[in-house]
Amino acid sequence: MIERPPPLPRPFLRQPATLAALTWLVLAALGAGLAPLLAPNGPLAADTSRSLLPPGPGNPLGTDLLGRSVLTRLLWGGQWTLGMGLLGLVVAVGLGLPAGLAAGYFGGRVESVTMRLVDALLAFPGLLLAMAVVAVLGPGMGSVSIAVGLAATPAYARVARSAALEIRTQPYVEAARALGGSDWHTIVRHILPNAAAPLVAFAATQLGWILLNGAALNFLGLGAPLGTPEWGAMLNEGRGYLRDAPWVSTFPGLALTLTLLAANLLGDSLQRALNTGKNPFQA
Amino acid sequence: MIARYVGRRLFQAAFVLWLAVTLAFVAMQLTPGDPAQALLAASGASKAEIAERRAQLGLDDPVLMQYAHYLWSLARADLGQSWLHGRPVGQMILEQLPATAELAVSATLVGTAAGLALGVLGALRHSTWLDTAATAVTVLGLSTPTYWSGLLAILLFSLELEWFPATGQGDLRHLLLPSLVLGFALSGSIARLVRARVLEVMEEPFVQAARARGLPARRVFLVHVLRPALPTALTIVALQFGFLLGGAVITESVFVRQGLGKLAVEAIIWRDLPVVRGVILFGALAYVLVNLAADLAQAWLNPRLREELA
Repeated sequence: MIERPPPLPRPFLRQPATLAALTWLVLAALGAGLAPLLAPNGPLAADTSRSLLPPGPGNPLGTDLLGRSVLTRLLWGGQWTLGMGLLGLVVAVGLGLPAGLAAGYFGGRVESVTMRLVDALLAFPGLLLAMAVVAVLGPGMGSVSIAVGLAATPAYARVARSAALEIRTQPYVEAARALGGSDWHTIVRHILPNAAAPLVAFAATQLGWILLNGAALNFLGLGAPLGTPEWGAMLNEGRGYLRDAPWVSTFPGLALTLTLLAANLLGDSLQRALNTGKNPFQA
Repeated sequence: MIARYVGRRLFQAAFVLWLAVTLAFVAMQLTPGDPAQALLAASGASKAEIAERRAQLGLDDPVLMQYAHYLWSLARADLGQSWLHGRPVGQMILEQLPATAELAVSATLVGTAAGLALGVLGALRHSTWLDTAATAVTVLGLSTPTYWSGLLAILLFSLELEWFPATGQGDLRHLLLPSLVLGFALSGSIARLVRARVLEVMEEPFVQAARARGLPARRVFLVHVLRPALPTALTIVALQFGFLLGGAVITESVFVRQGLGKLAVEAIIWRDLPVVRGVILFGALAYVLVNLAADLAQAWLNPRLREELA
């Protein structure tokens, strides 16, 4: 039997999925950032005479119960949802990266203490762990971001550790240490740059996880206070009149799903590009 | 020796559980608020009564004593008392468990069946439009939040077509939509790994040999390709059990079902911390045990692994 050779993978930035993902993320970020210009009335401007209008001219995505434009709320909501995602990612990377790199680089006691803590955290199902953190901190948007960030930290620490472990034995690391470089210098100048590619790829995947679960907590009513134009919270608010005004829930859900899809596709194609042995960040 | 592997794996599971339990204790200690006051707040108890209750609950003891007391209670499956209802947390969990277990089991069945089908289809029709289509469904499953797909399913199948009730529970008709929604979300990660594993197995010499011997394609597939790929599916189903529990919490909320999810969400809103801790420790216990069982089953099913361990 003659096997067809597998098609050659296209360069990272020329893959349609990657391009589509990047385009959506840029559009969503622009929409959120420019919301004050694009929708100057703000997400809270109510007009009860325009309650639950279907999508049409003047209100492209319809209005909600209080007559607020769904499109306006989606744009402003991007600030909340994407902001939550980024804050969560900062928490996960900010804690997981140093912990994981230190564990992988130093080994020994540092590693066993860090990794046992990681194991303990990983014993909890992710969303339940995030719920526990919200329970301790009290409901709110800030707690939700911190909670999903903390829940994503152990997995990130693991990836950082294995990246550091792999690079630690490379000759250039040994050379740097033999030349009298401090541990700090070796980690920052040699380990980190060479571990960057897998760490960035995994961060994209983690961003998807953080957004999915953060919005879930908001959907469950544990985060953003009532009326906040956060996408998960908007989905929750629209449930009450799903029959009469499905657009109130479906559009925030669509925006969220497209964002998650983009984060996942981006993470995947980064991962694939890495598996082919090329650094996707170099042309 | 397999007994040594089982022993080591059992010890590992117990150790991780002890760490998790300790973490939960530390978190509780760090949380502001007086449990005795929370317990008695509704009854309008006097300061003296609260102080008495504090002593009774052992809250005035040194931290290490409290920790020992806590471990001892957990060992006797005593999860403490709800601050809101004054009832044993363990009992409240057991009451809600059947509803969640029903959803979790049926969603696992749906997700495993769909994931296996999608993964095998993609691998067998590698690099054709069918593979692309299966991969697209897989990625959608991975990326669509259940709180959105659930609402869409209600919109279409309950409100538009009126085939199934939108909310509530009881019979199979109530269970079907939630299981499909949660199962779909679960199928993505299963399909992805099954596809990769089947592709890998198809390259194995024993598969080529079976083909060369002129065995019927169906037999080659069932015996030589699918069977060795099944333990992978088992492992990923176990690993996804944590995702399943979280997904069940959300699915319960979408379809307004009773269950552990509703219990936990309400407990968080009312800051009924013993209940939150109980549900979460219960989730961790289930998660660790399911993965332990999967690892042991893996060692049992996989002759090569069995030999390696021996």
